[in-house]
Amino acid sequence: MNNMRTGGGGGGLGKSRSLSSTTVDQKQSTATKIRVLRRMGKYLLRYPFTVLLALLLMLSSNLLALAGPKLSGKAIDALSLGVGAVDFDTVKLYALLLIAFYAASAILSYCLSVLMVKLSQKIIYTMRRQVFDHLITLPVGYFDTHATGDIISHISYDIDTVNASLSHDLLQVLASIVTVVGALAMMISISPPLILVFVVTVPISILFTRYKTKRIRPLFKARSMKLGQLNGYAEEMLSGQKTIRAYAREDIILSRFDERNEEAVTAYHRADWHGAIIGPSVNLINNLSIALVTVFGGLLYMLSATNPSLAPILVISLGGVSAFVQYSRKFAGPINELANIVSELQSATAAAERVFRLIDEESEPADRPDAKLLEAVTGDVDFSHVRFGYVPERTILHDLTVHAAPGTTVAIVGPTGAGKTTIINLLMRFYDVGEGSIRVDGTDIRDATRRSLRSSFTMVLQDTWLFCGTIFENITYGKESATMEEVVAAAKAAHIHDYIESLPAGYDTVLTDDGVNISKGQRQLITIARAMLSDSSMLILDEATSNVDSRTEQAIQAAMHTLMQGRTCFVIAHRLSTIQGADVILVVKDGNVIESGNHGSLMASGGFYASLYNSQFR
Amino acid sequence: MKFIFKYLRPLVPSLCFGMTVKVLATLFELALPYILSHILDRVVPTGEMAYIFGWGAAMIVAALLACIGNIIANRNAAGVARDASRRIRHDLFEATMHLTARETDRFTVPSLESRLTSDTYNVHHFIGMMQRIGVRAPILLLGGMAITLVLDRRLALVLIATLPLIGITVFAITFKGLPLYRENQRAVDGMVRVVREDCQGVRVIKALSKEDFESRRYDAANRNLVAREQKAGVTMALSQPLINLFLNLGLVAVIFVGAYFVNIDLSKPGRIIAFIQYFTLMSGAMTVITRIFVQYTKSVASANRISEVIDTAKAHDKGEPLTQTENTPVDDTRFIEFEGVSFSYNGRKNNLSDISFSLPRGGTLGIIGATGSGKTTLTALLMRFYDADSGEIRIGGKPLSYYDTATLRGMFGVVMQNDFISADTVAENIRFGRTISEESIRRAARLAQAAEFIEAFEDGYEHALTAKGTNLSGGQRQRVLIARALAGDPEILILDDASSALDYKTDANLRRAIREELHTTTVVIAQRVSSVMHADHILVLDHGRVIGAGTHAQLMEQCSAYREISDSQMGGAFLE
Repeated sequence: MNNMRTGGGGGGLGKSRSLSSTTVDQKQSTATKIRVLRRMGKYLLRYPFTVLLALLLMLSSNLLALAGPKLSGKAIDALSLGVGAVDFDTVKLYALLLIAFYAASAILSYCLSVLMVKLSQKIIYTMRRQVFDHLITLPVGYFDTHATGDIISHISYDIDTVNASLSHDLLQVLASIVTVVGALAMMISISPPLILVFVVTVPISILFTRYKTKRIRPLFKARSMKLGQLNGYAEEMLSGQKTIRAYAREDIILSRFDERNEEAVTAYHRADWHGAIIGPSVNLINNLSIALVTVFGGLLYMLSATNPSLAPILVISLGGVSAFVQYSRKFAGPINELANIVSELQSATAAAERVFRLIDEESEPADRPDAKLLEAVTGDVDFSHVRFGYVPERTILHDLTVHAAPGTTVAIVGPTGAGKTTIINLLMRFYDVGEGSIRVDGTDIRDATRRSLRSSFTMVLQDTWLFCGTIFENITYGKESATMEEVVAAAKAAHIHDYIESLPAGYDTVLTDDGVNISKGQRQLITIARAMLSDSSMLILDEATSNVDSRTEQAIQAAMHTLMQGRTCFVIAHRLSTIQGADVILVVKDGNVIESGNHGSLMASGGFYASLYNSQFR
Repeated sequence: MKFIFKYLRPLVPSLCFGMTVKVLATLFELALPYILSHILDRVVPTGEMAYIFGWGAAMIVAALLACIGNIIANRNAAGVARDASRRIRHDLFEATMHLTARETDRFTVPSLESRLTSDTYNVHHFIGMMQRIGVRAPILLLGGMAITLVLDRRLALVLIATLPLIGITVFAITFKGLPLYRENQRAVDGMVRVVREDCQGVRVIKALSKEDFESRRYDAANRNLVAREQKAGVTMALSQPLINLFLNLGLVAVIFVGAYFVNIDLSKPGRIIAFIQYFTLMSGAMTVITRIFVQYTKSVASANRISEVIDTAKAHDKGEPLTQTENTPVDDTRFIEFEGVSFSYNGRKNNLSDISFSLPRGGTLGIIGATGSGKTTLTALLMRFYDADSGEIRIGGKPLSYYDTATLRGMFGVVMQNDFISADTVAENIRFGRTISEESIRRAARLAQAAEFIEAFEDGYEHALTAKGTNLSGGQRQRVLIARALAGDPEILILDDASSALDYKTDANLRRAIREELHTTTVVIAQRVSSVMHADHILVLDHGRVIGAGTHAQLMEQCSAYREISDSQMGGAFLE
């Protein structure tokens, strides 16, 4: 199940695939960013009460914590009255108040954390569900053109990033604002003149981080890019490990890896080296503030103590200086953290944009409002001048016209990439035809509901698809109402019943990627058993090349033969018996049906088919 | 951890320098509250304004020195991290290149991939972080403690008394949290599995209109994951508020106890102010230490995953046979010979049983049989990706162990199933890192029937291919790979299902070109009879046993399995 092209079968799809690389962050315009942010915000607004409660808790918890330094300052004032003169009652009062405030703050912040965990889980659940429910409605073409790994990273990594930012960063920003404003208010209440210190240091701090991040951000971008390139190279070479070993090219590949490694570590180092200046410098500015506050606070304290006629605005106590220093630490911290949060928000908006892009992908177009239900289909299929290409500039089918009467078998033969799988894709409406039409019982399949069209087909593909579940669940996948008897009958018809019975858990055996040792042939027989439960009138069969041992091969052939009875069959044929027995053989080459007819008529006409057939037995 | 230390050892001088600078810088930082208390307690009462400014200047100098020291140390740390991780990554990649096929199977390629990418990244990050904050935080904590002890021994003991409480909290919560995170990871895997399965099986799901069913299946996985994430999150949410609470309570205790000491002149208010400062510094350090703890567990896991690979590769490097250069006459009539060879990948069920045959130099061996019958395994043994469990394989009359790996592999040109094309030019994909002249590349391409389409590219041999060769058709890809195999003028050519996408005519031309111009000994593995029917000797494999051997004509006569394959396949397969 590790083949991402399961179900694709032939090579026709491979060429239409361009792997999207979403790992590289695209530059977003400000307008996009705002749009994305607004859309992210909507997820929060789904839970207005929870968000409101969180805000309330955050506000009160922070305000309680903000009271701390002021209270401890008061306590210090009470104890700095001199030896023997300490006002114990006041100290006790403030100590108790501190305990109460800190305890309340801790409880509130715990409640807040729990609330935030719950909120973010609600959001993440909704987002994942939304993405998946949309994903499943996307046309097959989306899966053909997007690597499974990318899709998985959108639904896990990207959503996690968005959520972390929504539930953490936004709150953090608000908390920072509360702290900054609160600390500022407290400091003003203690000593307005000392605030002047920040008039000098805060702008320096902001300008400095701004200037530096602007210069350092490209370095970090280069770092991720180089690392991405290195990882890409390593992944590529690991996938070719056997070949490299076979040609004994380990050393040269290693030296090429080293070049990329060198670039990656150098880029990492450059970013680190230049980044190293920020943290300490920001600390320096904070410490400068504290030094200045100490000096001027000390001076004011000295003046207040010695000069009773000092203007009241200049008066400060020892406890006041202490509280002020503490507030100044609280004040400077968030301002610098804001810079971090902004960059986190940036990666979150980039991730959100990728998630939203997936959500905005166009679903399979809805059935027409007047779409017919295909019922009691007899199996008359008509291709009329069908033209189709996965990408407009590359036509795969040029002009296909075929008619299959009910109960007949159409064998499609031709080299890889000639367009055989494409015919199946069009029949099932995994893709819609470019020009021309396909009719089932006279109804253009674009005028029928997809569900009714698809359920009138039974499909057995070359690559078997089983999911992680019991064998019973896998067989009844197309018909959940099937009874055990029906399942056993189907398994018997598919020649797999005895094998299933031989497993310790029988039909309840859970199929996992790595668990039960179940061979490719047996997997195929299980998918045939699944098809056996269907009572549709048309069959699509991709005859696998004989890739199993001869006994299983015989079982598969017999089972497929049973399956084909009484159905209109489209078979991507590999077996001579199938081809010879087919009512119509379509010889597909370079996207055209170059010959059609039965074995006899094709041999008689002496064309491509006949020449190939003859050359085989020369 | 030992593993990381090993890589740090050569960097010890630089590491020591950086750490010393860091410690000094941190000490300067710790001096700030000390000076603060000095100013408030001693200088202010004297009323000497000049002293206040003087000590203020000292504070600024200390802050400056701390800043400069930190910058120097951080830059030094970045260098150390770079040098260590450069070597770790080199060694790891080298090890992956030298793992035996069996070992690669055991690790699995995706796992090796993530070791090379995210694990080395984690380790790099950790080495840097350890030096930057891993040194600073403990110094802040210990230094803070030391200074408070110097400042006021009795008050410091009050403060230190709260630390065990914090330690126990951190430990208990982490202990409870870690298993929850492991469970969480499993739930993530479950959710991802549904998405992966559905991406792969989208055709079946749509064909059966099972979209709603899959939505429900996903919803169950999603709910399970959310429940686990929530449990882990709620558990961990307790730690920060508790740590803060304990620290703050310690602070209150210091103020309260301090009040008594000040009253009996055992302490001064300025000291208590300094204590509060140290508290703030230390509580910050405590938070950082918890974070380091998490990062540490993560990188130890990563380091173990890396060293596991390196150790595995190292273990068998020693066992590699010595190069033997003596030239002994080569047995050309039995150039390739298998004698009673048996082999099993997992040691339980034989994948090859008792295989014997011989092939003269220049001959062609055809191998046919179902997938899983052991065809590819046979060539893997021939190229010594694996060693046979029993029996002997000889090339030129010498057992494989006679040759050193490079000589042995140098004999082969090989095209494997789903072979590998790298994002590089056509020429480089054919050259594949070997020293091969432009001329030989063109010749190989011509023999491989690839010259025509390559030369049709505007930039010819310099045409850039995408990874996995997605911008080529299946047949073109196979021809580039065959050209690669031929370019080295191999003594033995192995074509494993190498021409399945070629039409019959091209395939025939290719066979003729190889036969007429190269005279190389060839092993052709195929599922279609037409590809092997011209071989000198054909082996029919089934479940790892030879159930038929001989020429096409002989087999058609004697081997019913071969005849069956021929009859059942030949019609359809010839067009495929």
